Amino acid sequence: MRVKVLSRNPDDYVRETKLDLQRVPRNYDPALHPFEVPREYVRALNATKLERVFAKPFLASLDGHRDGVNCMAKHPKSLSTVLSGACDGEVKIWNLTKRQCIRTIQAHEGFVRGMCARFCGTSFFTVGDDKTVKHWKMDGPGYGEEEEPIHTILGKTVYTGIDHHWKEAIFATCGHQVDIWDEQRTSPICSLTWGVDSISSVKFNPIETYLLGSCASDRNIVLYDMRQSTPLKKVILDMRTNTLCWNPMEAFIFTAANEDYNLYTFDMRFLETPVMVHMDHVSAVLDVDYSPTGKEFVSASFDKSIRIFPVDKGHSREVYHSKRMQHVISVKWSFDNKYILCGSDEMNIRLWKANASEKLGVLAPREKAAMNYNQKLKEKFQHHPQIKRIARHRHLPKAIYSQAKEQRIMREARRRKDLNRRKHSKPGSLPFVSEKKKHVVAVVK
Amino acid sequence: MAGEEAAGTGHAPRASEDEDEDEDEGAYDVERRHRQLLEAVSSLAGRNRRKLTERTEASAQVSEFGVSCEGAGEKLILSDLLGPIKASSLLGAVKKQLNRVKQKKAVELPLSKREAQRVVREAAYDKTSKAITKWDQVVLQNRRAEQLIFPLKQEQLTVASIEERVTSWQARTPLEQEIFSLLRKTRQLTTDPLLTLQEEASLQAMSLEEAQQRRAELQKARALQSYYEAKARREKKIKSKKFHRVLQKNKRREALKEFEALKKSNPEAALLKLDEMEKARIKERMSLKHQNKGKWARSRAIMGKYDLEARRAMQEQLAKNKELTQKVCMELEGDKEVCVAEEGLLPDSLNEVQPSRNVANPWMLGKLSNETKDSGTQEDLKAPADLKEPESEGEEEPVLSEEEALLQDFEQRRWVRHGQKGCPELQGAGRDEELPESVSPSQAAGQINMEDEQKQEEPLLSEQLGRLCAMEEMDVLASEDWAEEQEPRQPARTEQQKPHQDTAVAEDRPRGSQTTRKTAKQKMIDLQAVLAGESCMIHCPTLPVAVQDEGGGTDQRLVIKEAFAGDDVVADFLKEKNKVEQEGKSQTVDLLLPGWGEWSGTGLKPSAKKRKRFLIKQPPGPPRKDRHLPHVIISQKRNILAATHQVNELPFPFDSHHQFERSIQAPIGPMWNTQHAFQKLTAPHLITQPGHIIQPISNEDVASQSTTSTRKAKPAMELTPQQAKRLHQHPRKKVR
Repeated sequence: MRVKVLSRNPDDYVRETKLDLQRVPRNYDPALHPFEVPREYVRALNATKLERVFAKPFLASLDGHRDGVNCMAKHPKSLSTVLSGACDGEVKIWNLTKRQCIRTIQAHEGFVRGMCARFCGTSFFTVGDDKTVKHWKMDGPGYGEEEEPIHTILGKTVYTGIDHHWKEAIFATCGHQVDIWDEQRTSPICSLTWGVDSISSVKFNPIETYLLGSCASDRNIVLYDMRQSTPLKKVILDMRTNTLCWNPMEAFIFTAANEDYNLYTFDMRFLETPVMVHMDHVSAVLDVDYSPTGKEFVSASFDKSIRIFPVDKGHSREVYHSKRMQHVISVKWSFDNKYILCGSDEMNIRLWKANASEKLGVLAPREKAAMNYNQKLKEKFQHHPQIKRIARHRHLPKAIYSQAKEQRIMREARRRKDLNRRKHSKPGSLPFVSEKKKHVVAVVK
Repeated sequence: MAGEEAAGTGHAPRASEDEDEDEDEGAYDVERRHRQLLEAVSSLAGRNRRKLTERTEASAQVSEFGVSCEGAGEKLILSDLLGPIKASSLLGAVKKQLNRVKQKKAVELPLSKREAQRVVREAAYDKTSKAITKWDQVVLQNRRAEQLIFPLKQEQLTVASIEERVTSWQARTPLEQEIFSLLRKTRQLTTDPLLTLQEEASLQAMSLEEAQQRRAELQKARALQSYYEAKARREKKIKSKKFHRVLQKNKRREALKEFEALKKSNPEAALLKLDEMEKARIKERMSLKHQNKGKWARSRAIMGKYDLEARRAMQEQLAKNKELTQKVCMELEGDKEVCVAEEGLLPDSLNEVQPSRNVANPWMLGKLSNETKDSGTQEDLKAPADLKEPESEGEEEPVLSEEEALLQDFEQRRWVRHGQKGCPELQGAGRDEELPESVSPSQAAGQINMEDEQKQEEPLLSEQLGRLCAMEEMDVLASEDWAEEQEPRQPARTEQQKPHQDTAVAEDRPRGSQTTRKTAKQKMIDLQAVLAGESCMIHCPTLPVAVQDEGGGTDQRLVIKEAFAGDDVVADFLKEKNKVEQEGKSQTVDLLLPGWGEWSGTGLKPSAKKRKRFLIKQPPGPPRKDRHLPHVIISQKRNILAATHQVNELPFPFDSHHQFERSIQAPIGPMWNTQHAFQKLTAPHLITQPGHIIQPISNEDVASQSTTSTRKAKPAMELTPQQAKRLHQHPRKKVR
């Protein structure tokens, strides 16, 4: 015989402590929760709207330089420290948490052309227009000591850029040639040349650390191998490349910031065509830096804005600008993947969030879960027109907006012209050239 | 000899110069004479003297040794040089050397610096690209990864033993030192030795091997158990009735055998076994398995008309039932006839009420404490409410029969209880009235039976009235109230009851022929049932409530019916649906223009041919979605307001709209998914830890990654550069 009695296990409904959340028994019967798609759609729409509402990426502006900020360097061991060099030869070290300058050095006469921190974070190097390379301590001088570099190397020509090896006591400078120096010596270990033009930037590969990339003013990007002390290959683009940056997670990928408003991501093994052409800027791109996750990069442009591009997308996901920000000369993505720093012509360094609507600080687990859920919802419904429209909407300054429009018109006109030309010529005589291939002039072995 | 030659040949250019300079004949004469002189001199020297070839033309290349180099660009051949040397002992070595040189090939010119650098570059580039392809696998893996957690280098948690911790720890602060000195003084264990002797001994009691062995044993046992469980589960799942029947038969046979064996060996155990068997039998009886009421039994009953086999099965079943009930009757002794007669009509539960030896089941005990009685009265309150259900849903026989059985069971028990204690009879009177209305057809028989008994035992009832005071006040009050209310109705009722069986039949008739049949049988049984002199029947006190409720229920239904008397909702709906369907159908378009191509006017009609030609029938549209749903209208019009929210192009990664729709239709929220699934579904692609520096990937990371990945799945094959290139190019998307 069966006797039915209500029996409940107290574990199911009694909290262990009064700080615990009340248990809410749930019934997952789908009949009880109808209209799941419309409800989730509304949630996604709300999440998208809220994302735009909370998108306030600007965090702080660090002012103190007396001339345009020409270069910046990240501290490899401390997230709160950043270094910047100005056009008047002044170098400042900033504390980001306090948003204060903690040290100022008059490092060079004329521009500070380039700077980099040593991999251990104890010292840093600067090069300037006064044809010197200077090695500085990261910590300030003791009381009564003078502010002096550890070493100074006098060169014959102006150095325009510097980068430090990621693991060894070696650094590379560029100017008329790429020089590779041992920290202990006053003459370069080897000099790498190919062509005669001045080289604007040199960068070590962070993964395969013996590889170097440089870009010269005769429109080419040259790769070098430090072990074999020889250049490897050279690719010539339409216009000159200002800087390049290696992907920190993919050894053979680098991105070049070009004067023709575009950025080109190359695989160093296949230089004939770039992997991706990133377009959106409306003026020359001056600097580029990868996020430490290698999934995105940020670019600074002469059009007074910075943009964030996903590595595998042709267009930017985000554009940051502010009323007072002038031509952005240098940009850095912080090592914790959370912040972006940009130094611009009008003597300020600005701190931005890498994810515009992100809430900073510690999140409660439920908050985190809600955030993840919203993110997934946005992703799921991203193709729906209303959501797409809201997520895509950005306010742009009039200058950039009209410029972009103009360029769109120009591009369209060029395309139409091409089409017409093709229509009136012998079939096959005018081949289609993909956008990727269009910008590569030649690859020199 | 060589010197002479040299002189001779050396002179030749001079001669040519002279020739150039002087053009007069006299000079020519001098020249000729000089040559003759030279010839004469050379002839003096010997026979082997070689003749110098005479040059007749100006030439760019003039050989010092008189070797002819006729045409420009003609190469000097080594053998020509060797010719004049001939065999001379001094020059033998030189000649050999020359021969050797002749066999060797000439070394090519070194490349120009430019070219050389280019070659070096190419080689270096090839080497580097090849070296860097080792990252392909890692890059691909990271790009495809569902989730990446940064920084890649997760700190490994190492487990340090307590001993290590303790021994490495030293007292530093003065307080600590003081405490330690005290401990040392009192010879307490501090750090060394950490464990007492007993503890160490206990630790050493079981060696590692032993422990492993034991563990293995345990594992094996557990595995065996799980196998056994799985087997049992599998067998349980088998749906074949035959299989189970055979299985059970086997078991029974085994049990019997065992019992026989026990009887001989251990009578006491056998007795216990017997008890158990008895219990099993009781359980079986309770299960109502062998009544001819189940689905199977009824189907057999239908088939029995045509199928001998089915009839036999039914008979078997009946026999079984008889057997089961028989035994009870034997125990009861007096009841036997009744039971036999009632079989199939009265639920078995009625018969179950004998005081049993089974102590485990408190319900079977004859005596009941006050508490249980109270609970019984509470149940009484519920029972009548349940009772009216069967009537309202009389059609659902199979489902209800169980409930009814249970209900009757309860009632029976109550009845017995009251009977033993001599319960109040006022309720019984109430019951009298309620019965014909509230009891379901299947119950009717038993209850009518009870009615009879009540009739017979009228004095008893009155006696028990006195016991009313013993009951709770509330009950009494309620029943009194009810009695007052019902007073005028009661006499009429009792009058009706005089030919009670007839009325019962009359009332039951509309409910179905089956019930009438049952009541017909009832007639025969009743007498016996009465004669059996079963104990008195007492019924629930709260019947009036049920009656009232029921009246209210029918009233409400009536009220609703009245309120909506004019509305024919169903017909309206059908009309509406028909209208919608007609609208949706494609209509014919008449494009006929009278007078076009022929005369028109009053009395003139366009020709049939024209009419047919200009009557355009549109093709039928797709079938309506609600064509198979008579109670639904599905609007198939496009909603413009909704259209702004709909995707009108298939997005990039999807191949078909089905695929896309499926991706949208699966909800990810916590309302539709369990917590775990929700967390899995909403896991972010990228996890970074705030305040942690993310270093570039390095070889160590890859090594650790690969070890973790090999645990899950083997890495894919190495990519060739071509494949890698394809990897970078998105197949469809073009950059605009």
